[in-house]
Amino acid sequence: MTDPHEHESVPIPEPRPEPAREPEPERELEQQLDAEQLVAPTLAEQARLLADGEWHRLHPATPFLRGGIAFLAIIGVIIVNARDIFLEMIFGGDNGFEPFDRLARAGFLVPIVLIVLLVLLLSVAGFYFSWRMHTFRITDELVEVRSGILFRTNRRGRLDRIQGINISRPIFARLFGAARLEVNVAGQDANVELAYLGSRGADDLRRAILQLASGTRAAESAEAQAPGQEHGGIVERRVSELLAPELDPNAAPPESIVRIRLPRLIGSLVFSEATVMAILVAVGIFVAITVTGRYFWLLVFLPGVLGFVGYLFSRLTRSLRYSIASTEDGIRIGYGLLSTTNETLPPGRIHAVEVSQPLMWRPAGWWEIKINTASQASSSTDTAAKTTLLPVGDLDDVHRVLQLILPSLADEQSRELLEAGLSASAHDDAYVTSPKRARALRWFSWRRNGYALISDAVALRKGAIWRSLVLVPQARMQSVSMHEGPLLRRMGLAELRVHTVAGPISATIGAMDRGDVVDFFDEVGRAAALSAGADTSHRWRSENAMKAHDAQNARAAEEVPVAAEDPVAADDPEVIL
Amino acid sequence: MTERLDLRDAEWRGISTKYAVVEVGGLLIMGAILSAATAIPTFVTGIQWLAAIPISLGIIFLINIALTPRRVRAIGYMLRDDDLVFRRGLMFRRVVAVPYGRMQLVDINRGPLDRAVGLSELKFVTAAASTGVVIPGLPEQDAEELRDTLVALAESRRAGL
Repeated sequence: MTDPHEHESVPIPEPRPEPAREPEPERELEQQLDAEQLVAPTLAEQARLLADGEWHRLHPATPFLRGGIAFLAIIGVIIVNARDIFLEMIFGGDNGFEPFDRLARAGFLVPIVLIVLLVLLLSVAGFYFSWRMHTFRITDELVEVRSGILFRTNRRGRLDRIQGINISRPIFARLFGAARLEVNVAGQDANVELAYLGSRGADDLRRAILQLASGTRAAESAEAQAPGQEHGGIVERRVSELLAPELDPNAAPPESIVRIRLPRLIGSLVFSEATVMAILVAVGIFVAITVTGRYFWLLVFLPGVLGFVGYLFSRLTRSLRYSIASTEDGIRIGYGLLSTTNETLPPGRIHAVEVSQPLMWRPAGWWEIKINTASQASSSTDTAAKTTLLPVGDLDDVHRVLQLILPSLADEQSRELLEAGLSASAHDDAYVTSPKRARALRWFSWRRNGYALISDAVALRKGAIWRSLVLVPQARMQSVSMHEGPLLRRMGLAELRVHTVAGPISATIGAMDRGDVVDFFDEVGRAAALSAGADTSHRWRSENAMKAHDAQNARAAEEVPVAAEDPVAADDPEVIL
Repeated sequence: MTERLDLRDAEWRGISTKYAVVEVGGLLIMGAILSAATAIPTFVTGIQWLAAIPISLGIIFLINIALTPRRVRAIGYMLRDDDLVFRRGLMFRRVVAVPYGRMQLVDINRGPLDRAVGLSELKFVTAAASTGVVIPGLPEQDAEELRDTLVALAESRRAGL
């Protein structure tokens, strides 16, 4: 099979021998491509073909992966049973399955077998047609999915509003060499899901989507594709995929900037608050049993025990093989041992960051990093997985991750401020802290409780026992407010809140001096408006976006009360939420 | 009592004083319904001290009604160069600043009492649910003008999410 396309894929980093001609699972995707495209393109090209704006179908194994496995099992059971019954009918033998015998004698067996067969056929046809009808396309502007036979659904996501792209490979899908690609846009459960795609194709497709979204032109993006070629038979490839590191080596620097070693991971789970709760509950059970002498208390707490084990297990699997690395299209976070997930967050999609330290992690000096993003999953486990950026890490890890997600905090001065924000003893520093009269409201933490502006982020430092530092990039801040109630007013105090999109972090700092809060409110408000205008991260690579925004800022500076009929603004295509 | 939380050099635009009518009306209706509902047990059982519930409720509502004009005067907004600032509350004072570019949408609502006195309520929605800028008691004309101004300002200072 000659391949004209293969020569077009120019920038091959290391020339490799021709890939072996075994059937590839990704090839199956080509069945839907136009006939003239049915020559085997390289994988990267294939991603480009998938992102060409035409309608494509998903991986043929999709119906089985999306719950069809149970269906297969049912068919299997029916066939095995039917075979036994047939054998008995032919060779005699009376230990047959009683209901079948009775049905046979009543003459119902044939219609029932026919009905079962019909149902089976209909389901197979249903699966087939649902696969046929489930199509997606990726154009320069949007990603769109159509699905459903009777009830059609059609979902579109705009590429410039992508909040993250997630590739997950549940264990079954990995065996089939398939992956689920999720394009998250802002909103509750606002994701466009492509389940399932060929595993290698998914990585390339993600790169293609990110390139389209980043604002580079299509031609450039085609050139930027680096084809990743693989040799070996299908089995070999499966094995290598299963063993491969979670980061796609073509797209990311091979090593993650943080490594969580197993002892630390287990230590972080053992010394977590959940463990303390579990121990308390266990002691409670023990006391209850010894006092009452009844063992049924064990049953009462069984669900709790199961829940706890499940929680530990999910935290463990979420953190195994954890990796975080920077790519040119954002941060890539991968985790998972059997079922793996790896998510790319384009620049400027992180709305708030919290670095916190559970009490018992303090001797070890471990920290956890959580984030707020605009796309939210409705189920709590997904949310927890998505919002925990660094499950556990020491101070160096924290600084590395913070530099990655907030590059503007990379300089020396910011680092000092960050360290002051995380340390316990730094009291007379750049942070504006609560006055002494706030002691009644912040017993231990009044000296720590404070805020500062670090580069272009607002930093709120809280807590002496449960220490945390909340960082909100000004460019992502939605609004800022100050509050006082009767008590705070009497004490001359006030509370400051920085509003971000919903998430586990709430950027609130209470019990601050009123004058300080009013000053900071003004300062933050001004800074927020400025950085919001200067921000171009929604099209992070496009020069146009930069220019447009510069021009916009200049305009805004010139004419302060702007009229509605601003022609340039009205025509500006680089609009985002 | 000490001064309230406020910006230093603020020129607040107040809302229509007619809004007090709306507030008082709403409070009267609510108070009447709640007092009546909580008074039922007293009448049914005949126990005298149960009457304390509707009476105290009534007093709370009356105090609230008495404070309404001041509370309405405490509501204010301000269109600054780059952001909209909104303030409300006597006891629990809240001041919010929202950059215009953060606007996702502007709502104008009119309740039945609002309509009776020709007022509207303007709601400025951002991507953060906690922003909560709701300017009540704007004359209909003003509310629509303000909405158009806000949309125009948001257009010129458009920002990402």
